Amino acid sequence: MKAKVYVTLKSGVLDPQGKAIQHAVELLGYTGVVDVRQGKYFEIALDDSLDDAGARESAERMAREVLSNPVIEDYRVEIEG
Amino acid sequence: MKFGVIVFPGSNCDHDAYHVISKHVGQPVSFVWHKETDLSDYDAVVIPGGFSYGDYLRAGALARFSPVMTSVQKFAAEGRFVLGICNGFQILCEAGLLPGALIRNRDLHFICEHIHVRVETANTPFTHELRQHQVLRLPIAHAEGNYVCDDETLAELENEARVVFRYCDAAGNVTDESNPNGSRANIAGICNRARNVLGLMPHPERACEGLLGSSDARGLFRSLADTLALRS
Repeated sequence: MKAKVYVTLKSGVLDPQGKAIQHAVELLGYTGVVDVRQGKYFEIALDDSLDDAGARESAERMAREVLSNPVIEDYRVEIEG
Repeated sequence: MKFGVIVFPGSNCDHDAYHVISKHVGQPVSFVWHKETDLSDYDAVVIPGGFSYGDYLRAGALARFSPVMTSVQKFAAEGRFVLGICNGFQILCEAGLLPGALIRNRDLHFICEHIHVRVETANTPFTHELRQHQVLRLPIAHAEGNYVCDDETLAELENEARVVFRYCDAAGNVTDESNPNGSRANIAGICNRARNVLGLMPHPERACEGLLGSSDARGLFRSLADTLALRS
């Protein structure tokens, strides 16, 4: 089983890296780019001792306690069987 | 009175802090490896600058899970003194001992230069020998020093006079131009509600000797030493 965790900056938190990337793609000639936000993506391999709900709960806890900083970031968890 | 300097894998300002405490504060000091958990010998601990755990995940995020940090939480709750410098400030925020977070500098660069900060309050154990609105010239060296917090936290910090240092120009004016990293409200350092935990991005331990370009921060260490002397 695999847990996929996406960590993104909360809206309103300045993302200087996203801004720099936006600037770069605009320099390359891409138009219509309104905003770029950079985030993090984690793949966590889990053994089969947990069912989907248990895996989700475990991954959510990891996301909350370690992978994200709740002051500045949100997270989203997907479980893949 | 005894000082401890906590050492994580990747700390690199630990010897600077040790040097300042032994030479300029003139007090006993020991290194405390991050796997230790007994802080009963110490009256104050310094969480030094550096790149604990290589800044992996987020600056300070992994150091927070080192065994010693549980003891630091307890140490702080007992009213003993904790000074977090640069990466130490990031660790204190990640550990929830101080509010807010430190993100990438506004202009993305790693900034290594002397800047000015204004002492916003002399009412802390770390600043009582400094004057309110005194301007200090201190070095900064960081890529993630951009202080962020929500409106509610900022109001709380301001109302409780817990913003201890703010970036300013040489004359003490707090302006956008004098804000090196984009920190909210030019915040360079804050303390907790009980005022015994201070975190700041500038490096006071590198500003205690004229040879290093500034000795403006001696008053900070002197304040802490005097606080401890009065207590014991």
